Amino acid sequence: MSGSEVGEFVGALFILTGGIASVISVFGLIRLPDVYTRSHAATKSSTLAVLLTLSGTFIYFWASEGFLSVRLLLGIVFVFLTAPVAGHLIVRAAYRSKVKLADISTEDELYEVLHKKNE
Amino acid sequence: MSPQFLLNLFIALLWMLLMDEDKPRFSTFLDGFLVGIGIIFVMHRFFGTQFYLRRLFSTIKLLLTFISELIQSSILVLTQILSPKLKIQPGIIKYQTILESDVEVTTLSLLLTLTPGSVVMEVAPDGHTLYIHAMDVKKSRNALLKQIKNFEKAIMEVTR
Repeated sequence: MSGSEVGEFVGALFILTGGIASVISVFGLIRLPDVYTRSHAATKSSTLAVLLTLSGTFIYFWASEGFLSVRLLLGIVFVFLTAPVAGHLIVRAAYRSKVKLADISTEDELYEVLHKKNE
Repeated sequence: MSPQFLLNLFIALLWMLLMDEDKPRFSTFLDGFLVGIGIIFVMHRFFGTQFYLRRLFSTIKLLLTFISELIQSSILVLTQILSPKLKIQPGIIKYQTILESDVEVTTLSLLLTLTPGSVVMEVAPDGHTLYIHAMDVKKSRNALLKQIKNFEKAIMEVTR
């Protein structure tokens, strides 16, 4: 009895932490200055949030009903396969269409390779 | 199919038959398979070949490395977002990777893009130079390089 209660508590804790991480990444989306740093907040913190939320749900149902949901694990796998591709392509497209980096940026080693040639 | 895998199946079959239950059960076969993995792991140096589940183990190790790096850099990025004044200095850095095949470089950029604080922006046509956008170049450059080195080591254990 107490074993399944501990499992349910751990699952709920994971879901709560995932929710908090998700909220914080929304703050980042609003506060950060340009598209490149925003993509860190949008695609990255959400990977942690999704990982925590889905695995929390998995643990919860495992503990309370003894049900191993493979679909939840598949959900994690597919989010982890698609999120980085989307993030990479958005950032790449932004840089190729010459969106400027924020003023606080310090170095840009890609500029000479990509944009100097075309001028 | 490798001889080690066949031997493992044979051990599992023997285990199931020697248990002498009223009917053959799959769970007993599975128990025997696990025992066989243990036996072959202890004995594999006498075969003169590498352990056939080594790739599985190193894949699991890569996954654990990734999760620990994910948690560390998530905490870093979340504190940077929540600090009352934004003190980050983002920038694009160049990194020359020692990995060779397409699969290795793809895996490395996938993992790097998944961990917070770094996005792979471009891969040079030669396939070994990555341009990485980092959240805070000045302070966390060394941490980022250490993270990339960790990933490279774990990936090479899987593919070679």
